[in-house]
Amino acid sequence: MNEFIADSMPAEIRTQTLDPRIETVLEEFKTKIEEACDRGHRLCIRGSGSKDWYGATRAGEVLDTRAYRGVVSYDPAELVITARSGTPLAEIEQLLSSHHQMLAFEPPHFGLGATLGGCIATGLAGPRRMSAGAVRDFLLGASILTGRGEFLRFGGQVMKNVAGYDVARLIAGSLGTLGLLMDISVKVLPKPSASATLRQEMSACDAVRKLNEWAGRPLPITASSWHAGVLTIRLEGASAAVRTACATLGGEALQQPAATMYWHSLREQSNAFFQKVPADAALWRLCVPSTTEPAVLRDVDFQFIEWGGSQRWLFAAGDDDSVRRDAVAAGGHATQFRHAKNGVDVFTALSPPIAAIHKRLKTAFDPAGVFNHGRMFAGI
Amino acid sequence: MADSSDLANEGVLKDYDESTTRALRTRVIDAFAQELRRDIPGCTLLTDKEDVAPYECDGLAAYRQLPLGVVLAESEAEVQGVLRLCARHGIPVVPRGAGTGLSGGAMPLREGVVLSLARMRKIIDVDPYARTATLQPGVRNLAISEAAAPYGLYYAPDPSSQIACTIGGNIAENSGGVHCLKYGLTVNNVVRVRAVTMDGEICEFGSLAPDAPGLDLLAVLIGSEGMFAIVTEVTVRLIPKPQVAQVVMASFDDVEVGGAAVAAIIAAGIIPAGLEMLDRAAAQAVEEFVHAGYDTEAASILLCESDGTPEEVAEEIERLTSLLVERGATRVEISTSEAERLRFWSGRKNAFPAAGRLSPDYYCMDGTVPRRAIGPLLLCIGKMEERYQLRCINVFHAGDGNMHPLILFNGNDRAEWLRAEEFGAAILEACVELGGTVTGEHGIGVEKINSMCVQFSAGERDMFFAVKHAFDPQRLLNPDKGIPTRARCAEYGRLHVRGGLLPHPDIPRF
Repeated sequence: MNEFIADSMPAEIRTQTLDPRIETVLEEFKTKIEEACDRGHRLCIRGSGSKDWYGATRAGEVLDTRAYRGVVSYDPAELVITARSGTPLAEIEQLLSSHHQMLAFEPPHFGLGATLGGCIATGLAGPRRMSAGAVRDFLLGASILTGRGEFLRFGGQVMKNVAGYDVARLIAGSLGTLGLLMDISVKVLPKPSASATLRQEMSACDAVRKLNEWAGRPLPITASSWHAGVLTIRLEGASAAVRTACATLGGEALQQPAATMYWHSLREQSNAFFQKVPADAALWRLCVPSTTEPAVLRDVDFQFIEWGGSQRWLFAAGDDDSVRRDAVAAGGHATQFRHAKNGVDVFTALSPPIAAIHKRLKTAFDPAGVFNHGRMFAGI
Repeated sequence: MADSSDLANEGVLKDYDESTTRALRTRVIDAFAQELRRDIPGCTLLTDKEDVAPYECDGLAAYRQLPLGVVLAESEAEVQGVLRLCARHGIPVVPRGAGTGLSGGAMPLREGVVLSLARMRKIIDVDPYARTATLQPGVRNLAISEAAAPYGLYYAPDPSSQIACTIGGNIAENSGGVHCLKYGLTVNNVVRVRAVTMDGEICEFGSLAPDAPGLDLLAVLIGSEGMFAIVTEVTVRLIPKPQVAQVVMASFDDVEVGGAAVAAIIAAGIIPAGLEMLDRAAAQAVEEFVHAGYDTEAASILLCESDGTPEEVAEEIERLTSLLVERGATRVEISTSEAERLRFWSGRKNAFPAAGRLSPDYYCMDGTVPRRAIGPLLLCIGKMEERYQLRCINVFHAGDGNMHPLILFNGNDRAEWLRAEEFGAAILEACVELGGTVTGEHGIGVEKINSMCVQFSAGERDMFFAVKHAFDPQRLLNPDKGIPTRARCAEYGRLHVRGGLLPHPDIPRF
């Protein structure tokens, strides 16, 4: 340790020593990966399996991350939590909540045991996505085991950090294709002190127009949804600001706990729209520019619109080309999110130069193709 | 490939006029000029020494190098043509925006070409309905907010050099600004980048739709110091302009108490729009310079800005004020007018020039530490002042722990400069040990390449090279910046301000 620090730092700030049990788990992971790399085996990284259905094909022997768990450090005044990838998301959210803080991107769990690693690897965010940001906006640092079993650390625990390339953010949403996530540092935010949910009836077309107009005004809208002729919005922030905005926007207030339950049901896709799956249909996730007219996508009346118009859900056959074609024509992309039809690409294909960069990145991190082979795209 | 980059490597260290290679250089540049005229008629290439001289350094003026030539690109097609031509001949390319960077990221390579994007400064579109602006890379940061202002919108990241620096350069450095604690960095505010890779391929990174498929290449492109691709078009997110802003200025008679107050504000669930601190030496220096009304008796001064709707600001200012008093502030003032708010800020924003008045030279550091380590780091720096027999004044973005210690020295005294360098390195090492980083916002460039060896293991640095390879397999785009090779974790030196003057004395620095 630097001589100057040695005498000025309180003991509790100094680097913690690694728990020997955790060290054992780390060594086991390393050995497993090195063996797989040498023998040309594949590994399928998995926490609780709550998102097993997401992505393209799953291949290889399961590498269960759940033994690598625990919060490494959390100081509310730092707005950062560092935890191991196998830590249950619920445990992290509970800890944050006891200090009136939160993961602002509202990650969906999609199952009881969802882990932090799965949350970062899938990169999925909930209703607050457009106002707060995506998973990658909050990921400050991560350590990984590469496909060769090397332990590497990128980013850190501070918000401003431009030393080296921002590899940690590249790992968010990489579906485990680049490495096994180990320790993860995420920026957290205080919970808003006030919240209100408003409802009003309007057409999809009007809803998209209103949402875009409102987003250009200083209104504390943090979530929105439209379905079946009803627009629902959530306002959050300082109580005075929420009160004023409610008066400006109008609509019927949805009371607690119904409001919280409603947004939770969107985040977890547990509401009627997502649960009533038509026969032989896939749940399509369409990400489009927020201003996209609902009519240019199919099934206007049956769309479920979120994120201020940027995310739209609909049920259609997995091999219905028109869904993806329309989304791409609107400047977006479409994912067979759930109940995907085999043999049809889950994600929208990449342009050739972007695909070439993907291939070379995969080679850099995982040359033998050990991790999550084909989970994102064939060959990646 | 290897030959050209080796030449470039040596170029950093050798003189321009070395006669052994002069003939070779002339041959290379003549051939380049000829092919450029053939491939891209009308494309501007500067090769005369007096024409390329203004490009020999960026904001880190201590490091200068004349390039082979400077291309002033005016379109994406020209960028594409130049990159293809350079790729064919193995000529390294150094991209450049306004040249305001502080870490030598745009310093030319002797055997390379500088590709200036400054002429591509068209604002392509401002869409108030979609809240986006689409820009060419040479558009100045402040010009974006100016163009969006009629719609009540603005572009949030506001690096201190925003009147001059370009959006392309902001993407290269992942620039922050005083308000990034609340509004994020460049990476959080840019949604789409169109860029040309070294092989001339046009790539779209990100899009107006969220969560583009595949790996998040946009996130790693931002902050890559111009080493992955040349940006030709950018779409940024615009946000509603806060209706009002107000500042609370608090004095503390102990730096640690001040540091603890910062932590208490955050822990109380308040994210101020700006949270800046100066120590006594810095406050005294700026007070003498701009008369901002700072308490020169205080051990540290905290500036805390709240913005939003009038209701939000009133509520937040009240909470901040009582919290600061509770946490031991010895004096608290609240700005009562826009003029007063700007006066409170003027001291902080003039800290760098004020340092220039105290001492013939100063050396600016840019480490970041966790907030809890601010107080301990300041104590640490105090001890280092005794050890190295040099004064250091401290200004910093307290909200995010980004410190700018300014080490004062006299550059005419060689021994003093060496002590300043050691002092700086010790501060950065302390930042890493305290759980932070060697650069929060200025970038590695050529300046902090040595400190990268402290922060990252050999395996991690190898992976950085592999990531660069994925974008630029020929290793021709701004090579030898940012990431040190295993072989040489060389000391390139640091920001050395002669006579107290920065290379762009007219641009604010904070």
